[in-house]
Amino acid sequence: MTATYLTATTEHAAQATSPHVADTAAKAETHAGPHVSIKAEPVFSVAGFPIANSMLLSFFVFAFFIAIVAKYNTDAKKPKKSGLFYFVTFALRGIYGLFESALGDKTMYFFPLIGAFFFYILLNNWAGLLPGVGSVLIHHVPLLRANTADLNTTIALALVSVFMVQFYGVKHLGGSYFKKFINFANPISFFVGILEIVSEFSRILSFAFRLFGNIFAGEVLLAVVSFLIPAFVSFPFLMLETFVGLIQAVVFSMLSAILFRLAITSEH
Amino acid sequence: MDAEAAKLIGAALAIGIGAIGPGIGIGIIGGKAMESLGRNPEAESSIRTNMILAIALTEGIAIFALVISLIIKFV
Repeated sequence: MTATYLTATTEHAAQATSPHVADTAAKAETHAGPHVSIKAEPVFSVAGFPIANSMLLSFFVFAFFIAIVAKYNTDAKKPKKSGLFYFVTFALRGIYGLFESALGDKTMYFFPLIGAFFFYILLNNWAGLLPGVGSVLIHHVPLLRANTADLNTTIALALVSVFMVQFYGVKHLGGSYFKKFINFANPISFFVGILEIVSEFSRILSFAFRLFGNIFAGEVLLAVVSFLIPAFVSFPFLMLETFVGLIQAVVFSMLSAILFRLAITSEH
Repeated sequence: MDAEAAKLIGAALAIGIGAIGPGIGIGIIGGKAMESLGRNPEAESSIRTNMILAIALTEGIAIFALVISLIIKFV
């Protein structure tokens, strides 16, 4: 409230001095709301390679994840285990059971990749909700940003998922996997094959934009709500975004699981 | 009407119209899930999981509209 009042008064002062300055001040006023940028912005560069704010946060998430894994690994060999060990085991069992309902006896085969998708997306979604992420500014650029709220990350994840679908398909069905796409048996299956090719490419887009859109929309929602009413009101939305982060991680990995399963079963 | 106003109206229309379809879809999914829950209540956990999955997929369509409107507004 005070901030908007201050910018309004400075705008008035600028208007009094010169019309040109008033024009730029009015332009700044229209962008005086919460800082919203649809793309991740570089915060600094290492040897000419720009490090974006979303990448910086993902480094912290990697470090956290590796620390947990190292602790879990040392605990697994000890007779007396810590509470963290049992918590991680509980979480892993829950996720494994969830994927078992979609993958059946192939769960163990696909779990390393699917589980990696799940935990990468989940931890990055939740890291974006931590206090300080998006609100600490360096030269008007947020220092940290959720990695999954960056379209580059989500397109990379979608490409990995769709590529692995083709990979598993070729590995398990051999050359007959491509019969789904190119089939001269009759005109109908030929056009169905063309549709299959298009749908493989549209899958990349839908995977990428679903995850990006959900997480980015959540960030914008939280920013707007906390800008309108600074205290307390954003709490239920924070709970909602925690839930959405979990759901999106489940949706991405579950859809990948179903597509893997479809790719390795031959149609008769 | 200048270009800026047209942009704002376009952004609002994109999400406004884009939310209609997914809204109906989520309503249908929820209603059907309740219906099947009434038929066999012991399948609650699997119904809930599949319902949330289907809702998230339907919601994705609204999110596409939201992405379009955010692109119109901020890019």
